[in-house]
Amino acid sequence: MLAAAGAGDHALLVAATGAGKTLAGFLPVLAELIANPDHDGLHTIYVSPLKALAVDVQRNLTGPVAEMQLPIRIETRTGDTPSDRKARQRVRPPHILLTTPESLSLLISYPDSDRLLASVRTVVIDEVHAFAAGKRGDLLSLTLARLQRIAPTLRRVGLSATIGDPESFQGWLAPDADAATVRLVTGDPGAAPEIGILNPDGRIPWSGHSGRHAVPEVYTLIKAHRTTLVFCNTRGLAELIFQDLWAVNDDRLPIGIHHGSLSVEARRKIEGAMADGRLRALVCTASLDLGVDWGDIDLVIQMGAPKGSSRLLQRIGRANHRLDEPSQALIAPGNRFEYLEAQAALDAVAAGELDAETFRPGALDVLAQHLMACACAAPFMEEVMYREVRSSAPYAGLSRDLFDRTLNFVATGGYALKAYDKYRRLVREDGGVWRVSHPKFSTQHRLNAGIIVEATMVKVRFKNGRTLGSVEEYFASTLSSGDRFHFAGMAVEVDRLDGSDLIVRATAKSAMIPSYSGGRLPLSTHLADRVRAFLATPADWVRFPDQIRDWLQIQQDCSCLPKPGELLVESFPHDGRHYLVIYGFEGWNAHQSLGMLLTRRMETAGLNPLGFVANDYALACFSLDPVTDPGGLFSADILETEFVEWVANSHLLKRAFREVAVISGLIERQQPGQRKTGRQVTFSTDLIYDVLQRYEPDHMLIRAAWADARTRLTDVGRLAALLDRAAGTLVHQRLDQVSPLAVPVLVMIGRERTAQGLAEEAMLVEAEALAAIAVGGPDFGRGD
Amino acid sequence: MVPLPAGALWWPIRRALLVADLHFEKASWFARSGQFLPPYDSEATLRRLTDCVDATGAAELWCLGDSFHDSGGVARMPAAARALLDRLTARTNWTWVTGNHDAALDGAGGHIVSDADVDGLILRHEADPGDPRPELSGHFHPKISVRVRGRSITRRCFLVTESKLVLPAFGAFAGGLDAADPAIRTAVGNGATALIATDSGLLRFAVPS
Repeated sequence: MLAAAGAGDHALLVAATGAGKTLAGFLPVLAELIANPDHDGLHTIYVSPLKALAVDVQRNLTGPVAEMQLPIRIETRTGDTPSDRKARQRVRPPHILLTTPESLSLLISYPDSDRLLASVRTVVIDEVHAFAAGKRGDLLSLTLARLQRIAPTLRRVGLSATIGDPESFQGWLAPDADAATVRLVTGDPGAAPEIGILNPDGRIPWSGHSGRHAVPEVYTLIKAHRTTLVFCNTRGLAELIFQDLWAVNDDRLPIGIHHGSLSVEARRKIEGAMADGRLRALVCTASLDLGVDWGDIDLVIQMGAPKGSSRLLQRIGRANHRLDEPSQALIAPGNRFEYLEAQAALDAVAAGELDAETFRPGALDVLAQHLMACACAAPFMEEVMYREVRSSAPYAGLSRDLFDRTLNFVATGGYALKAYDKYRRLVREDGGVWRVSHPKFSTQHRLNAGIIVEATMVKVRFKNGRTLGSVEEYFASTLSSGDRFHFAGMAVEVDRLDGSDLIVRATAKSAMIPSYSGGRLPLSTHLADRVRAFLATPADWVRFPDQIRDWLQIQQDCSCLPKPGELLVESFPHDGRHYLVIYGFEGWNAHQSLGMLLTRRMETAGLNPLGFVANDYALACFSLDPVTDPGGLFSADILETEFVEWVANSHLLKRAFREVAVISGLIERQQPGQRKTGRQVTFSTDLIYDVLQRYEPDHMLIRAAWADARTRLTDVGRLAALLDRAAGTLVHQRLDQVSPLAVPVLVMIGRERTAQGLAEEAMLVEAEALAAIAVGGPDFGRGD
Repeated sequence: MVPLPAGALWWPIRRALLVADLHFEKASWFARSGQFLPPYDSEATLRRLTDCVDATGAAELWCLGDSFHDSGGVARMPAAARALLDRLTARTNWTWVTGNHDAALDGAGGHIVSDADVDGLILRHEADPGDPRPELSGHFHPKISVRVRGRSITRRCFLVTESKLVLPAFGAFAGGLDAADPAIRTAVGNGATALIATDSGLLRFAVPS
């Protein structure tokens, strides 16, 4: 790192968790500040995706700096920093500023930011792997382009956990996306972790994702270790596992729970208990993937499949932050496919193969927010700004047309009907100079900027006012009074939904409703390839438990197993219906999308489809009439018209549009504490979408929403890969009965909520028939 | 009377069409504060209304209040929307029943009344809990969420009780208020039925109390 710094090179440091990355990133900075004690102004900006991490780094730096009696001032600047301190920091900046991508973007929106930032020599970006490829990465990249213009000698330093494709991260970090200008520094990998698969009595259930069957075993392990982290893939599962552990907790061990839906106080309390070493186990979710180091963890257990080898490695890294000792970890697979996936992850980690991140072109809604931030700071020339934006890697390919349209959107909404020229936020002056038309728009921007758009949340609380946390409004709206679910480590019963609060009471009865699934991750392509390779290589099966080996053997005897690159499709009758099972291995998102499309085609073909279920490995469609020619169903043109039509009419696009509308600044965020009251409800972005889609379908915001829907929400890339395989290598097995491989997906039928099938209107008709109420009052309903 | 899927109420005997809460120029009202909502909301609302008039052959049109989002709305209406409005006010006997947002309707065409008694039915903007006479009103923008198959579907709805009917908001950008909200219960009483008009018929749901 020192060598890279000495040469003035940008650098990407890739090292295992616990290898002292952050300190290594700061070493050259401290050395420079010691050598130049008279450095005037801000010297280094440290950016972390988590506020808590910025605070933690401050603590870790301040200690040594004070001990060495160095005159170096280190301060944090996040959403939690009081505004008087923020103002003071702009007048009298510290030497080192620790901040987040959002707070840094706000900092550059102040008119004095040029002067403030001109002295910056280094920017250190921590946990790059966790956010570079998303919208927060887009925002930071644009902000870096701006910083580089203000301080041309600025050195960029990225710190990352172990990643599969360092070059693409080098490219993201580099000015003008020139990866060659970023020196790659690889840390000591440390001792290889010891990972095993938890397999009590050699029994793996057919279905489920939670590994709940292994809970007694997990409890025994907790007893045998100092502190155990139990990772679950969704918040709902974390609640279930927590309940199960307490049901067998005869020794009353202190076991806690931590996830993103719990109230901040509850989370802080549990983090405090963890830091003090007062817990024996913590059941948690991705909310702990990043964050503050707790030294004392000696075991990590992953409940259910890890979904990707990088994620597994990062979670394992939470244990035992000493390089010379191996981390201990166990995976508890939830079903038979998950066993194969767990084994694939183990092999991948052993071979040092990690998942690659998918970088996509920078989002236009983020660009809109950034352009407004820049305009708030000072007027800019459009030509110069276009060049600056293109020097940011995600926007390297941005066309001038899209840039202009985004700029016009920021100024007046960018509509073909020029209705808002007189209300414009930005004015274009002669020579292509843009400036903010009124200071109130700068204030408005600073209140609304940000990349994280929370789903509308509903507070979960007791009648006495005690708040437990919050759940997505969507989940709350599916609950009725009397329904029970697990939350904050207890079973609760819904009393009523009161405005934006869900009032609950504790109950001793068991919870019936499958819990909310917040944050479902698809299987990575890389692990999917390994699982496919297992299926095709019977010689490998000796490593598996008898149960798994028998399962695969019987499948081979009565149907077949797909070779790598082949797409296996089975059809068979069962229980009066006809089934079509597609083994795509492309992850839940892509299978779900394909299920929607195939059932529509089956409908058109008169096959009377009844529904489908999907998991990460397979998709099963069921119908009254058999599919005789699956090849015809899969033709690749399905992505041209039918996919577009389906997405346009589904909720996916509206969900994407909501986020785009907020990030781009089309509508203001609901400020915290501000409640919807009576008729002053805010406008629904669904209604805005409907009108815009109809009158100006080519608008930049619709385009931005489509970009999100295609990548994050439907995984269209993997869907296309699946269809490609279908075109060349589809193997159709006609069977008389269910095959062993089909069982794990078929047993999901009836347990999964059907997300599709009937149109809304038909569902309403069905709901009315169910309700079957008598109507009193005047005869308003009959056409007299 | 027939609730139409578009959200209007059709009164065949009088050949009258009733709508509530059009909220014309809501988008441009927000644009003044820098929130540039698509400037097509009045046009979208008027096109839907024109479709209803075409389909029914309505001779009378009653707007039950909050027709413009604010008092400057008439002047701000874009030309395309204004032309649609003028065509409708010329085609039908058009009456604006004024609501709490309707400070100024000058120059909008049609007649202006604060409320009306039409063949024994009272038409006003906001339901009057103290008036026992049969009454049609708007104001509350009622919507209802229906749970089915683990999903929740939310739609604008008509609300009916013994003597009152509340129309859904007709405006393209008008939000909604849950039919079970205490504000609505105070105005129309308990035991209301929500009606959702669909192309496959009129659906009835009890409003939870």
